[in-house]
Amino acid sequence: MKRKDFLQLSAMGAGAMMLPDFALFGKSIDPSQFLNDGMDVSIKKQLADVALNAARAKGATYADVRIGRYLNQFVATRENRVQNVANSESFGVGIRVLANGCWGFAASNRVTKEDVAKTAERAVAVAKANSKIGSDPVQLAAQKGFGDVTWKTPIERNAFEVPVKDKVDLLLSVNAAAMTAGANFVNSVILAVNEQKFFASTDGSYIDQDIHRLFPNFTVSRVDRASGKFESRKSLSSPVGMGYEYLTSTPGSKVPGIITRYKDRYDMLEDVKSAAAEVAQKLTAKSVEPGKYDLILDPSHLWLTIHESVAHPTELDRVLGYEANYAGTSFLTLEKLKTKNFKFGSNLVNVVADKLQPGSLGAIGYDDEGVPAKKWDLIKDGVLVNFQAIRDQAHILGLKESQGCCYAQSWNDVQFQRMPNVSLQPGKTKLSVDDMIKNVEKGIYIIGDGSFSIDQQRYNFQFGGQTFYEIKNGKIIGMLKDVSYQANTQEFWNSCTAIADQSDYRLGGAFNDGKGQPGQSNAVSHGSSTTRFDGVNVINTARKI
Amino acid sequence: MAILSKEEAQALLKKVIAFSKADECEVSLNGSEGGNIRYARNAVSTAGDISTMSLAVSSTYGKKTGSASINEFDDKSLEKVVRRAEELAQLAPENPESMPLMGPANFKDAITYVPATAAMTPESRAEAVGKSIKVAKDAKLEAAGFIENTTAFSSFMNSKGLFGYNKSTDVIFSITTRNQEGTGSGYAARGFNDVTKLDTLSATKVAAGKANGSAAAKAIEPGKYTVILEPVAATYMLENMFRFDARSADEGRSFLSKPGGGNRLGEQLMDEKVNIYSDPFHPDLPSSTFNRDGLPVERVNWIEKGVVKNLNYSRFWAEKKGMKPGPFASNIIMDGGTASIEDLIKSTERGILVSRLWYIRLVDPQSLLLTGLTRDGTFYIENGQIKYPVKNFRFNESPVIMLNNVEALGKQERSISVESYRSYLIPAMKIRDFTFTSLSDAV
Repeated sequence: MKRKDFLQLSAMGAGAMMLPDFALFGKSIDPSQFLNDGMDVSIKKQLADVALNAARAKGATYADVRIGRYLNQFVATRENRVQNVANSESFGVGIRVLANGCWGFAASNRVTKEDVAKTAERAVAVAKANSKIGSDPVQLAAQKGFGDVTWKTPIERNAFEVPVKDKVDLLLSVNAAAMTAGANFVNSVILAVNEQKFFASTDGSYIDQDIHRLFPNFTVSRVDRASGKFESRKSLSSPVGMGYEYLTSTPGSKVPGIITRYKDRYDMLEDVKSAAAEVAQKLTAKSVEPGKYDLILDPSHLWLTIHESVAHPTELDRVLGYEANYAGTSFLTLEKLKTKNFKFGSNLVNVVADKLQPGSLGAIGYDDEGVPAKKWDLIKDGVLVNFQAIRDQAHILGLKESQGCCYAQSWNDVQFQRMPNVSLQPGKTKLSVDDMIKNVEKGIYIIGDGSFSIDQQRYNFQFGGQTFYEIKNGKIIGMLKDVSYQANTQEFWNSCTAIADQSDYRLGGAFNDGKGQPGQSNAVSHGSSTTRFDGVNVINTARKI
Repeated sequence: MAILSKEEAQALLKKVIAFSKADECEVSLNGSEGGNIRYARNAVSTAGDISTMSLAVSSTYGKKTGSASINEFDDKSLEKVVRRAEELAQLAPENPESMPLMGPANFKDAITYVPATAAMTPESRAEAVGKSIKVAKDAKLEAAGFIENTTAFSSFMNSKGLFGYNKSTDVIFSITTRNQEGTGSGYAARGFNDVTKLDTLSATKVAAGKANGSAAAKAIEPGKYTVILEPVAATYMLENMFRFDARSADEGRSFLSKPGGGNRLGEQLMDEKVNIYSDPFHPDLPSSTFNRDGLPVERVNWIEKGVVKNLNYSRFWAEKKGMKPGPFASNIIMDGGTASIEDLIKSTERGILVSRLWYIRLVDPQSLLLTGLTRDGTFYIENGQIKYPVKNFRFNESPVIMLNNVEALGKQERSISVESYRSYLIPAMKIRDFTFTSLSDAV
C-alpha cells in the first residue's frame, strides 16, 4: 500500500517495520514554506503548453498535464509528549497521453521547460511501446475546454496557517483529559492535506485548484494488567474537506444521545473524555451472545459499510474487470443495470454519488481529466440505476460525457477511476433515533467504525465497531463487546427497515482509500442518517492465545 | 539522473553537512526510477515511467529537532535547506525521547542491486506483458495483471561521520486470469531483485490452471478444517503478525504482552516447527544493511522452535529497559520443510487447499484475530486427492493460533504479499482446525 507520506509517517509514529527509507524526515519542510504560493500560475500554463505541444509533436492525439504541489502536515503525540511534527511537500509534473490509441504516462520532479518536454516524450514512448501488444483503441468521451478557471475548497481557516504550537497544545490537552479520565494510553494526531493542482489538456482547459482536507483523531486504550486484557476506542471525528474550523465546536453540531456524536464541527476534548469512560466500561462489558440481531447503525459506523458494500461495487472499472488483479470485480454487472429492476436494497434505500457536497472529502471543482463535478443517483428506491465512470468508460454506459470520477493521488501517479462521495439518503418521513430504538426487541446499537473486510466481488462482508449497546424490548440495557456482524450485501440492504430523517444526517469518510496498481490513496466521504437492518448475523470475536 | 553512485551521494551529503551550524545534523538523500504496466481484459490499461530524487535535512539543538527537504541540488538550495531545518528546530518542542546520533560505523554492502533489472525499458516490460496476455488468450481466459520495476538508492550521513548507502532493484509481477463466464479465477504473484528470474509466461500458466480448475465450485459447510496454505496465502496471513515490538508488548497492548505485566520473550508461543528470522544477506531475499537510526541490520532470530527469542527494542526503549537496541525486521524468512504441495495434499485425509487469501483485517489486537476470505482457487481434499473446487470462505483465525496448529511445513518460496507487495520467504503449510465462519459467492 503505497499511500505515500502519510502512511509512512504515521507508521513511523506507531513503530514501523521494514521501512529502509528515511520516511520520518524524508520529505519534511519548514511549515512557513507551506504558505508560499509556489509556482506562479502563468508559469505553470507556459510549462503545460510546452508539454502539450511536445506530446502532439510526437504523435499524441490527446494529452493532459498535471503540475502538482502536495502538502501534508502530520502532528503526532502520545500521552504527555510530542512524537513527531512532520511536514512534507511534493512538487512535480505528470503527463498522460493517448498515442496509437493507447495510454502512456510519465512523471518527473524536474519542472523546467526542457524536462517537461522530455517527460511528455517519454509518455508518448510508453504509449507507443504498449500499442504494439495490440488492443482496442481508447474511446475518450468529449469534454469541452473551460479556458482559465479556478476552484478552492471553501475553508474558513487554512490548517497550514495555524501554528504548530496550537495543534500541539490541543493534542496534549486531549491526551491529558484522557489520562485524567483513567486511560492508560492515548495517541492523538492531526493530519492536514493541501493539494495545489494545475491541470491543462489539449481540450483547452487550464484549471487551477486548491483543495484542503483535515483529519484530527485519537485512540484511547485501557489495560487491565492482571488479566492482560486491553480495550481501545477511536475518536468519533470524521476526516473532512474543511479547514481548521472543523475543530471549533458549535452548539448545533453536537448530536446528543448515549454518546455525543458530531456533525460538521468536532469537539475533540469532549469526545476523548467520553472515550476514556467507555474503555473502562468495555473491559467489564458483557461478551456478545452470537446470533441474529436487529442492528441500529450510527452514521459514524455506517459510512464504512456504505463505502465497502455500495460505493466499491458501483465503480465501473471493477464492474468491467479492470481491478480484477487487485481489489477485484463486482457482483453488480452491466446486465443487472440494464434490467432496470435489480433490487439492490429495500424500497427505502436511495444512494447518490456526489462530487459537489460541501465539507465532504470528495468535493472538487473539476476532476483530474478536466470534467466538472456532478451529482447523480446510484440506487433509486432500492433499484440499481447507475455506476461511476470516467472519460474512457462513459461510452460503455451510453453516456455522452464522463461523470467526473478521475483522480490521481499525486503528480507522479496516473489518474484513474476513483469513487465520488457515495451517500445513503435520509428517510423521507420524520423519525428520530430514539423512536427507532423503541421498536427493536433484540438488537445492537453500533457507534464508530472498526474492523472491516469484504470479498473481491463485494458479496460477503464482516464489520466491527467502536462501541456496542445491547437493545432489549425497545431499551438500551448495557454495553457489549467482541461484536462483529457478517452479511451478504444484497440481503443486508434488503433488510433495511428504517432510516432516520434528515436531522440525523452526518458524514463519515475514508482519508486513505486504497485501490489500483501501483496503489493509490483517495479521500472520500459517505453520509447517512442512523439506519436499521433486521436479523443480521452477529459473531463473537473473543479468542485466547 | 535519479540514481547516484555511492561516491556521488557521499560527496553531495558531505557538502550539505558542511553547511550545518546545529549541535547535530543528519541528511538523507533518496532517489528512484522505474516503470510499470497495468493490464486488464487482455489489454494494457495504464502504464507509466517515473523518476524522482529528494534530499532531507534534520537539525538538532539539545532535544529539539527540525526537518526540511528540497528537490533542487545547486549549492544555494543546499545551504537554504539546512538553514530552514535549523530555524524549525529552534521552534520545535523538546522531545524527551530524543536520542543522540550514532557515531561512524561500517555497514556491509547490500546484495540488493541487479543491473539487469535496472536496465528494464518500456519495451521489455511490454514484452513480458505480451507473453502473459498470449497465454491467457490461448486458454480463452481474460488476464488482468501488473508488472513494476524499481531501481532505488538510499543514503544518509550525519555530523558524527556516520554514512550509509544502499542501492536496490526490485521487480514485481502479479496476474489474475478469469474465465469468460466469471465462474473461475486464478492468480499468481512473483517478486525478485533479479528480473532474469521472472518468467511471466509460466506464472500466467499457473494462474490459468487455477482459473480453469476452480470453475463450477461447490458450496460446502463452513467450520473447522485442516487447510493447506500455499506460500502466497500463508505470507499474507503471517504478514499481520510480523511486528515484534517490545514497547507495545511491555505496555500491555500487544499479542506479545504477558498477563500480569511484561512481555513474552522466552515463552513457547508456537509449535516447535516454527522458526522465523531476518537476514539481510539471504541470497533469495536480500535487504538493506542499515536502518534509519544508523543501526546495522544483522541476522535476528525472532521465533526459534516456537519460542519468542528476540523483540525489537528502539534505542530509547532499549536504554529504558536495559536491553540491546535493534532495527526492525528488514526482511522475514520462515524455515520450511521438503514437502511439495502435492506431498502435503497426499498426506491429507480431509481438508481444503487455499491458493490465496484476500482482504485480511485485524479484528482483535489482543489475540491477533484476523478475518479475510479465500480467493482464486479453493479446493476440497479427500483421501490425499483434490476432489473438487469449493466456494470461497470467510475465515476468522489468529496467525498465532494457526502456528500452534502446524501439521507440516512445505517448501519455502519467495512470494509477495498481495496487499503490501513486500517480498517474503515463507513455506507452504498444513494447519489443522483453521476456522471458516461463512461462505461467499465471490469468484
